[in-house]
Amino acid sequence: MLGFSPRQARVHAMYGFLVFLLAFAGGFSVMSIELLGGRILAPYFGSSIYVWGSIITIFMVALSIGYLLGGQFSLHNPSLKRFGVIFLICAIAVLPMIFGAEALMQWVFMRFEDPRYGSLIAASGLFFLPTVAMGIVSPYAVRLLVKNREHSGHVAGRLYFVSTAGSALGTLLTSFYLVLYFEVNQILYTLLGVLAGCGVAAMLVAARQGESAA
Amino acid sequence: MKKLFLLIVCCLPLAAAAEVIYEKKSLYRNISVIDQGGELCMRFTLRRTRFSSMQSCMYKKDHDLLVFDYAKLTFAGLLMNPNPKRVLIAGLGGGSLARVFREAFPDAIVDAVEIDSAVIDVADRFFDFRAGGNINIIEQDARVFVKRQSLHGKQYDYIVLDAFNGEYIPEHLMTREFLEECRSLLTADGVLVANTFSLSRLYDAESVTYEQAFGWLVNVKQETGNRIILTSRAAMPGHKELRQAAASFPVDLSRFGLDLKWVARQIRLYPDWNRNARPLTDQYNPANLLNTPQ
Repeated sequence: MLGFSPRQARVHAMYGFLVFLLAFAGGFSVMSIELLGGRILAPYFGSSIYVWGSIITIFMVALSIGYLLGGQFSLHNPSLKRFGVIFLICAIAVLPMIFGAEALMQWVFMRFEDPRYGSLIAASGLFFLPTVAMGIVSPYAVRLLVKNREHSGHVAGRLYFVSTAGSALGTLLTSFYLVLYFEVNQILYTLLGVLAGCGVAAMLVAARQGESAA
Repeated sequence: MKKLFLLIVCCLPLAAAAEVIYEKKSLYRNISVIDQGGELCMRFTLRRTRFSSMQSCMYKKDHDLLVFDYAKLTFAGLLMNPNPKRVLIAGLGGGSLARVFREAFPDAIVDAVEIDSAVIDVADRFFDFRAGGNINIIEQDARVFVKRQSLHGKQYDYIVLDAFNGEYIPEHLMTREFLEECRSLLTADGVLVANTFSLSRLYDAESVTYEQAFGWLVNVKQETGNRIILTSRAAMPGHKELRQAAASFPVDLSRFGLDLKWVARQIRLYPDWNRNARPLTDQYNPANLLNTPQ
């Protein structure tokens, strides 16, 4: 990092660490929410294999669309500030799971007799948007960290490693411990807080980066 | 303890004769049908290495006669509601409970809800139990069925929850909200009976959950680890009423091996659980984690 002042070097190191940390939090949240999805849907649609089928389908479709969008967004003035905004959107998209789930599931339950399609529709209503937003994170993070073509694969590999490790931990913690002590909504509030905190942190560091660059 | 008892009861006397005559892997479990000489049993297993509980047994020579005490104890609700007309059974097994309702109360309409089509198939092929007449078998998750029946304004005067087999608990069938939904299906004198567990930390949590949903519950249990919960929309009965109901019961149930006076003696009216336990809800429900040895 020749030519950087110590302050710039510090901000730069913080920048890299933060992007990895956020990718980790994103990966953690996706799987924690996916597991809680089973809990959320069970009162209306049961816990048969098709309920999990609905949830996993919606998460996979939403993530794939999120990856596509994230790649697109990364073409237009990518910045840490915008990365932070994505996390704020993720946080806001969790809100309907807390406040709208009952009403939505009731609505779907009244209209669709078959719990397979009922659970698929309810899962898309509740989990599609937040999961799309969380899917945007990975490709966008790659763009933020890649400086040249030679190390792009290296960066992408490390990012996948970090975000998938986050997913593993999110799965394990949620299913082994969090449900033993907390209510579903308490866990969702916590994830919402973590995602919003990530967004705010990114925007703060982006602001400092702007100052030090000026 | 429960498993040990079941093992002693159903395996030891005929251990040499027990023979697996049919095995089927379903979406939910492995089902075996075991010929034990005198009885035919349905067994659910999740793991091969562990002793697993017999889900349902039937005497080959007398299909009506109940084999297990805990099956007999699920009829404790008759002491409060002697003439059930609409019965809901969650968890079919070999159909032994539904069979008693069909034979003893020919006018009663029985809805048996079973999530696993393979169990319905095995009940038909090996246990001489199928839908027809006043018996409906519904292949559905019990939670979904209860919610939908409640939406349609359906009512039952006898609900049996027999969906807990000891190895894996469907947690969404053990929450305050689910019990409240069941309660909303009950007629004013309708009873709910649940065949469940009496060991582990789940005992306290489950008891408090029933107490919150219904206001009261009584235990019908022996020292064997099985526990039958009896509750109702009506007021909690006393020993005297229960004994009187047993003594003057209008239907002869002896051909099912059912002695309601004996059942009445197994009822414990006094709470023996920790009332400070945290109730199970749709939001908070670690039932399977609580159901591990302490």
